[in-house]
Amino acid sequence: MTLQIMNGELNLEKDGLAPMNLPTKASIDMVLADLEMKMEIRDLSVFYGEFRALAGVSLKIPSQKITAIIGPSGCGKSTLLRSLNRMNDLTSNTRTEGEVCLDEQNIYAQGVDVVDVRRRVGMVFQRPNPFPKSIYDNVAYGPRLYGVRRRSELDEIIENSLRQAALWDEVKDKLHQSGLALSGGQQQRLCIARALAVEPEAILMDEPASALDPVATLRIEELMQNLVEHYTIVIVTHNMQQAARVSDFTGMMMMRDDRAGELIEFDRTDLIFTRPKDKRTEDYVTGRFG
Amino acid sequence: MSSSTLPLKRHITFSRAGYNRRRITNLLMLGLTGLMAALALVPLIWIIAYVILRGGSSINLAFFTQLPRPLGAAGGGVLHAIQGTLILTALAGLFAIPPGILAAIYAARHPNSPLGIAVRFATDVLSGVPSIVVGLFGYALIVKTQGHYSALAGGLALAILMLPIIVRTTEEMIKLVPHTLREGSLALGAPEWKTTLSVILPAAANGIITGLLLGLARASGETAPLLFTALGNERYDAFRIVKIGVQTGQGPLSILNALIEQPIDSLPLTLWKYAQQPYPERIDQAWGVALILMAIVLATNIGARLWVERRSARLKG
Repeated sequence: MTLQIMNGELNLEKDGLAPMNLPTKASIDMVLADLEMKMEIRDLSVFYGEFRALAGVSLKIPSQKITAIIGPSGCGKSTLLRSLNRMNDLTSNTRTEGEVCLDEQNIYAQGVDVVDVRRRVGMVFQRPNPFPKSIYDNVAYGPRLYGVRRRSELDEIIENSLRQAALWDEVKDKLHQSGLALSGGQQQRLCIARALAVEPEAILMDEPASALDPVATLRIEELMQNLVEHYTIVIVTHNMQQAARVSDFTGMMMMRDDRAGELIEFDRTDLIFTRPKDKRTEDYVTGRFG
Repeated sequence: MSSSTLPLKRHITFSRAGYNRRRITNLLMLGLTGLMAALALVPLIWIIAYVILRGGSSINLAFFTQLPRPLGAAGGGVLHAIQGTLILTALAGLFAIPPGILAAIYAARHPNSPLGIAVRFATDVLSGVPSIVVGLFGYALIVKTQGHYSALAGGLALAILMLPIIVRTTEEMIKLVPHTLREGSLALGAPEWKTTLSVILPAAANGIITGLLLGLARASGETAPLLFTALGNERYDAFRIVKIGVQTGQGPLSILNALIEQPIDSLPLTLWKYAQQPYPERIDQAWGVALILMAIVLATNIGARLWVERRSARLKG
């Protein structure tokens, strides 16, 4: 079963969507019903002071799948993403309503340890942000936070993380050089390795390739395809081809008239890009968005 | 040509005279700015050359290793003042650096909080307070209450002078650290204090250290605040104080106390006093002191620069 999509072909079998093996008309709820959910967002609203940035978003994030959030600038994609590991807490005057459940546990409930939430839900940022430390210390930073001290244990974690981030072969001989000496794409993979080193369950990526050249972008995308075997990935992207290439599910966000962001459509990625139900999604993914 | 095209009217033409005028103006201004740039170097070179010329003759081993001799006796050194400057600067650093850096961290993290605004305002005002007033304050605060002049009072006065430099430079340097580094650390679950300590401060370290050294250099060159606090002490000998302390079986704390509880000299203070005296040998020694003082400040500056460059080269790989 192949579908014509944008300017490329999406092979559902190759891309691992075939096992669902459902008619394209199957509703998203039916598709999701067969999957295990990692996160569940229920009626989430985020306020910056008086300003409402998110208007009651509800969304299910399936385990070990890549979920992409697309939409025009300012529609609240990043706000949504950052509320999934409570990074919004860092912005002063932020208020959150609704629930974000990580394995059925609301991370905004009282008594939840933010540190634990952030360990389980890692984050990769738009611009590579390695610490001004050696490659080794960059990756060891997280494990050390959680009390891993033994050198042999750290060595093992670091090798595994760098291998998973497809960076090991390039840096194994210069682990004690500064992380800032790497190229942009390598720095971003270092940041991914750093996030993997604390053994997260989900990884949030906020336009992880937007500061990279096409080759480095492709490597990040390949990496995501490999990582999704073990991790749940949520990616925010401006690049629709990227969303189409890598993700299993796509959520389309738009800004309402009061500038609060809302989720207008959520579906299998192939369907979002070939037969969107909402006119606005269609306009956006076909580049006719005004 | 179609009739609808308007004839193009030209207003600007190339003029040989205009070109020559611009070229000459350019040359003139280039010459003027170059000359002024060279002139800006003159004071420093002149001062260094003159101080070396006048002070060089006083410099010998005894100058660094002996205490002053009584007037009329030839020779002697300024060991007391070298020790004094080191002790006073160390005390000032001890009093000013830890609170300065901590205050700067607070002000950088909470720039719009009432306390953050107050800190910024207070440090600005404090950096404008004349140093002699700071000396008077030290006198009133410590000398008056303790009943005697002391290195402690001098160190505190110098610390007050250093504090605004340290707070402001540290704050600026922390603000320059990209926000994304902080987020990167917090996203791994690191608490705020850990993020500041192991990511933000190391990232800002070069600038902070430069600021600290500027502050220390400023403090080590100050005279006015010491006049009412450290006073001066030609018989001060740290080695002897430590030796006596050890011989009489005192603990390290009480030896430390003995070092800082009495009046102390410093290089600028000695320079100031010697330069006023009518004896030519004292005047020559004053120049010698000036030379040492300059050498110390210069060496600190150059050393710091080299260190910072090496460090940033290592970080950038």
